[in-house]
Amino acid sequence: MIRITNLNKSYVTPTSKILALKNINLEIKKGDIYGIVGFSGAGKSTLIHCLNRLEEPDSGTIHIGGKEITGLGKSDLRQARKKIGMIFQHFNLFDSMTVFKNIAFALEVAKYPKAEIKERVEEIIELVGLSDKANAYPAQLSGGQKQRVGIARSLANNPEVLLSDEATSSLDPKTTYAILDLLQEINRKFNLTIVLITHEMDVLKYICRHVAVIEEGEIIETGTIDELFSDPRSDTTKLFVSKKSPTPIKEKLYLEVSRDAG
Amino acid sequence: MQADLIPLLTKAVGETLYMVALSTVAALIIGLPLGILLVVAEKGHIFEVPWLNKVLGTVINIARSFPFIILIVVLLPLSRFIVGTSLGATAAVIPLAIGSAPFVARLIENCLKEVDRGKIEAALAMGATPGEIVRKVLVPETLSSLVRGITLAIITITGFTATAGAIGAGGLGSLAIRYGYMRYRDDIMIATVLILILLVQGIQLLGNLMAKNIDRKRYKLG
Repeated sequence: MIRITNLNKSYVTPTSKILALKNINLEIKKGDIYGIVGFSGAGKSTLIHCLNRLEEPDSGTIHIGGKEITGLGKSDLRQARKKIGMIFQHFNLFDSMTVFKNIAFALEVAKYPKAEIKERVEEIIELVGLSDKANAYPAQLSGGQKQRVGIARSLANNPEVLLSDEATSSLDPKTTYAILDLLQEINRKFNLTIVLITHEMDVLKYICRHVAVIEEGEIIETGTIDELFSDPRSDTTKLFVSKKSPTPIKEKLYLEVSRDAG
Repeated sequence: MQADLIPLLTKAVGETLYMVALSTVAALIIGLPLGILLVVAEKGHIFEVPWLNKVLGTVINIARSFPFIILIVVLLPLSRFIVGTSLGATAAVIPLAIGSAPFVARLIENCLKEVDRGKIEAALAMGATPGEIVRKVLVPETLSSLVRGITLAIITITGFTATAGAIGAGGLGSLAIRYGYMRYRDDIMIATVLILILLVQGIQLLGNLMAKNIDRKRYKLG
């Protein structure tokens, strides 16, 4: 589904050249929820931005669903991006538009016929549980609701992949799990591949099936979530695994009660 | 107060409004695309052309360095060429528009730069073209700032028309100089200044109201 081969990316600063990604190789299967975890500055954000070329890699290739993303011209890249959803830590909704319009934006860009836009927006807005907020502006929503709009917007055009750039990092724990549940539901319903980067171990443990650990621009460990937790090999992974205990049961119960909140 | 006061004022107000309206529209027609281009052509933005950005910036700075009264004199031949005369309100619109367009461009640039990088990233990630991002993201997201900026531009242009009045443009500025100053008509001097104060206050009030309305709709807590 997603194949990253020998990917390199550097940033040139006035004083030096920083290697942000070093020879990344990764394969992600269709329908997987794949976590990329690392400390701040490890390169995880750069990596996910390279997947839809919001950042241009220096060398290497990225294939998504049979298409070589790294080989596309401007116009083809725009077409490809319409099938790669993305959600963000700070939501990045448009304040000038209502929830409805925010979601419709993705469809307008994808040149949906007008009549179908309304239908599709209503459908997707219901999926994320915000039907009563269609005419609200982002400023009137809570963080969790904003991320639901972000998710709705990214799903509107039936993407093949969803990229999640620290999507729960600015949410409180309760809302975090509600959003993760929604992502899980979407993953199951549409067999949608989700690539998510996070520095939160709880998030990884709760939702991901496969994990890659990234450190100083290099992937130092990959495996299933169970492998990672039961047998961490690198020091960073050990640190990550030990740093936080698994999700406390208390919190999970709390979650059951407040699932529809946020 | 003399009997000619009212007709003189009415005519001058009409001329001033005419010059302000026409020059604002013309300045926007030139300045808006320039301002947008200044932003999007910047390195790292959605329509990266760094050299174009530099050239535009330099040209705008040069144009803005001219004292306005000098710019009018320099542009008199152009007015004569386009309008057929270098006197009167219509002739003044040419230097007024050209003189204020660079200022408008900078105003627009400042407004559009406020847009959070993340919003642009989101639009790009959805596959939006640069044109779509300008029309649907940059401009709507900064609409209230744009309205405030354009209000400022209209008031500046109003001031410019008074300066232009000094060298034959007509309008309130011209009236104040020709009658109020040169013929010692204090009644005309006071009246023109009062009208200008009211005009500026009115424009500012209207602009603030419009900007507030836009913000109120978006940011009221539901």
